[in-house]
Amino acid sequence: MSLGLFLAQALTGLASAATLFLVSVGLSLVFGITRVVNFAHGAFFMVGAYVGYTLTNYFAASDALSYWLCVVAAAVIVGAIGMAVELLLMRRMYKVPELFQLLATFAVSLLIDDILPIIFGPEDLLAPRVRSLRGGIDLFGARMPVYDLYMIAAAAIVLLLLYIAITRTRWGVLIRAATQDRDMVGALGVNQAWLFTGVFTLGVFLAGLAGALQLGRTSANLGMGTSAITEAFVVVVIGGMGSVTGALVAAILIGELSALGVAYFPQLNLVLMFLIMAAVLAVRPSGLFGKPEALTRQHEFSDEPPLRAISRPLAFAAIALLALLTIAPAVLGTYGLSVVVDVMIAIVFAGSLYLILGPGGLVTFGHACYFGVGAYAVALGIRYAGLSFASALVLAPLAASLFALAFGWLSVRVSGVYFAMLTFALAQIVWSVVFQWYDVTGGDNGLIGLWPTSLSPLVFYFVTLALTAGSIAILGWIPHSALGYALRVTRDSPARAAAIGIDVRLVRLFAFVIASLFAGLAGGLSAFAKGSVFPTAISIGRSIDGLVMVLMGGVESIAGPVVGAAMFYLMQTEILRYTDRWRLVLGVLIILIVLVFPKGVVGSISQRLRGEESR
Amino acid sequence: MTPQHPTAPLLQVRDLLVRYGETLAVNGVSLDVEAGKLIAIIGPNGAGKSTCFNAISGQRPPNAGEVLLDGKSISGLLPETIFSLGVGRTFQVTATVPTMTVRENVQVALISYHRRTFSPWVSARRLYREEADRLLELIGMTGQRDRACGVLAYGDLKRLELAIALANAPRLLLMDEPTAGMAPAERNELMALVARLAADRGIGVLFTEHDIDIVFSLAHRIVVMNRGQLLATGTPDVIRADPRVQEIYLGRDDHTGSAEKQPS
Repeated sequence: MSLGLFLAQALTGLASAATLFLVSVGLSLVFGITRVVNFAHGAFFMVGAYVGYTLTNYFAASDALSYWLCVVAAAVIVGAIGMAVELLLMRRMYKVPELFQLLATFAVSLLIDDILPIIFGPEDLLAPRVRSLRGGIDLFGARMPVYDLYMIAAAAIVLLLLYIAITRTRWGVLIRAATQDRDMVGALGVNQAWLFTGVFTLGVFLAGLAGALQLGRTSANLGMGTSAITEAFVVVVIGGMGSVTGALVAAILIGELSALGVAYFPQLNLVLMFLIMAAVLAVRPSGLFGKPEALTRQHEFSDEPPLRAISRPLAFAAIALLALLTIAPAVLGTYGLSVVVDVMIAIVFAGSLYLILGPGGLVTFGHACYFGVGAYAVALGIRYAGLSFASALVLAPLAASLFALAFGWLSVRVSGVYFAMLTFALAQIVWSVVFQWYDVTGGDNGLIGLWPTSLSPLVFYFVTLALTAGSIAILGWIPHSALGYALRVTRDSPARAAAIGIDVRLVRLFAFVIASLFAGLAGGLSAFAKGSVFPTAISIGRSIDGLVMVLMGGVESIAGPVVGAAMFYLMQTEILRYTDRWRLVLGVLIILIVLVFPKGVVGSISQRLRGEESR
Repeated sequence: MTPQHPTAPLLQVRDLLVRYGETLAVNGVSLDVEAGKLIAIIGPNGAGKSTCFNAISGQRPPNAGEVLLDGKSISGLLPETIFSLGVGRTFQVTATVPTMTVRENVQVALISYHRRTFSPWVSARRLYREEADRLLELIGMTGQRDRACGVLAYGDLKRLELAIALANAPRLLLMDEPTAGMAPAERNELMALVARLAADRGIGVLFTEHDIDIVFSLAHRIVVMNRGQLLATGTPDVIRADPRVQEIYLGRDDHTGSAEKQPS
């Protein structure tokens, strides 16, 4: 590759870095002040692109000046939307557990994901290009799009303004102080509420600006939000949460890596991103410029009562349910049985997530990864190795736990929101690889025709029933075991865990791998149940479904995810009959759970029962 | 229980240095703890006492200096490794598990000590139950052993911390303000128990304490710290007579004047 081409690639990388920086610095600033990781940040980026498209079209921006005005106006509008979200929703969220904050912001992104196509339609939208911004310039014999230079300049201007604002103004002093200790700033008489609103609005404004700027390079499309938030998470994980410098350095690193990676190793691009992240986290778990987290923070569910032995009524209910499901094939037809199978698979998936979320106290946003790996292990095993039903079903949990070993090793080095972001980013990387590796995985078209001809639906039903019962028994047992106790100590008091000789990371990794093993089993079963596998098996949507199932039921015992998964599945099936705006419904549902029903169904019932006992 | 070499102290701390950014929280502190002896660290708030503890127990690795247990360096080791070498500790701000019962809090320490943590098939409820109950009896918490730890009074949590710290049959016990927040009668009782355990079991105890009466009546030796530095070391009589110690404690410096009032 010539020097000119290399330079052109490097500048393209810098232009990507500009977008990445604008998106991640907003995310990072908001986190620094409010301690909330805004999952909807990518969605706001996307809104920026759509609003920018609308404005440039409406005003028929044909010269550079009006184009830039439209871009800034779009950012202001998105910032205003962000402010409204902060005032209506986020304000109620600052004191709730991290998981709920993440879910609530994710719910906002779900709403945006479903509302945008209603307004703008499903097609990609290409903004009118302004002639003076369109051309290229020659650079050592290679052509460099001039717009990329503008992008870099725009990011540089924002960086400079941010730097001045943070180091030179009173507002900047407050920002720095609140990042250190927000309660102290509140105690000194600063109106915290408005500080939070201001910073949130600024962060969303920057996301909107990045989205609108992006219009000069690509079309506005409905996938850009998810990919933006994934990359932003990678950037803040590498750079360190809450650090502007970190966001800058990591954005340049990732931007350049992607641009040069595409040029030199197009196949390995995503793997490279993963390796960089792994290398940084192995050496500096809190990122290049991040501060280490305090180890002493108490877990958020600390009002949970001590674990009790499984009560007799519950055991009877479980046995009765099992008996009912054993005789179900006599009553239910093929369709009925397939519904029950789907529910059971959902139960195993939710049950495995419960182990990480409940006793483990770790919030993962990438649990679908292991479900998907299990499903694809079955599909690929049948397609390429001609595996039998039984051996494919053994391969699924095996493959999932191998992935969990590698990803878990990385993820347990961090905790809290870092854990959530990292598990999410890792799952997205696997998703992208599966999505793009068309020759092997079939990409978007998935792998179909997996049902072995020799397998009867009835046999499959009983295999699923037996595996589900066994899985739930084991997953319900583990919290009562020595490992489960150690796990709860790492959740509630990491400092104490270390002081009594418990290796916090190893215990978490162990639980993570066990949970992923069962997620992989669920994935393997689902590959057979559907007879096909698609990339959605790994998508963030499935991870969120799992979280909602567990939360609907409750995180305090295994009964929670069992009830929650069944409720969720049946509700989803029912609602999908009437509308395909499922994400809209789910978004509202999540916000309701978080605001009104934080203990879940089983949790609320058992709390009520306990309340009556003590009277 | 472990036979001790009469010449080598159980714990030797040499020129310990811990830095928090620009601040030297602990600056060149050296001290010894012999088996069976109670050594107290005293000093105003911010003197670096807790940081000393954290550096010894591995919660905050020292920047320089050395920590020797039985003559072998343990500086920079992980807390869980230091635990396995026979060091138990209590925290200034109690670190217990609120969602477990009192007994379970001790049981889980015993499970870890006996290396049964990675046994997903063993029921924790029955593991080392009697051993836990014996420890709870020792600290007088038998009546509360089935209560959730989250609802305990602060003084009880402090006592529970002692039971947890004893779970690994420690040779060295690090107690960071073990009686803070307790009623005076409770304090004396707890520290008398610690003194008895130290004598009976040959445990070396390093502790900080704001109640000066307890310190001077129980400690075999007292280490005085001020602003990260070692000010004086000696027997209670020597320390009592030291004019520099009197200066700190009687408040010639106005900013330390009220630091040693007993918490109410």
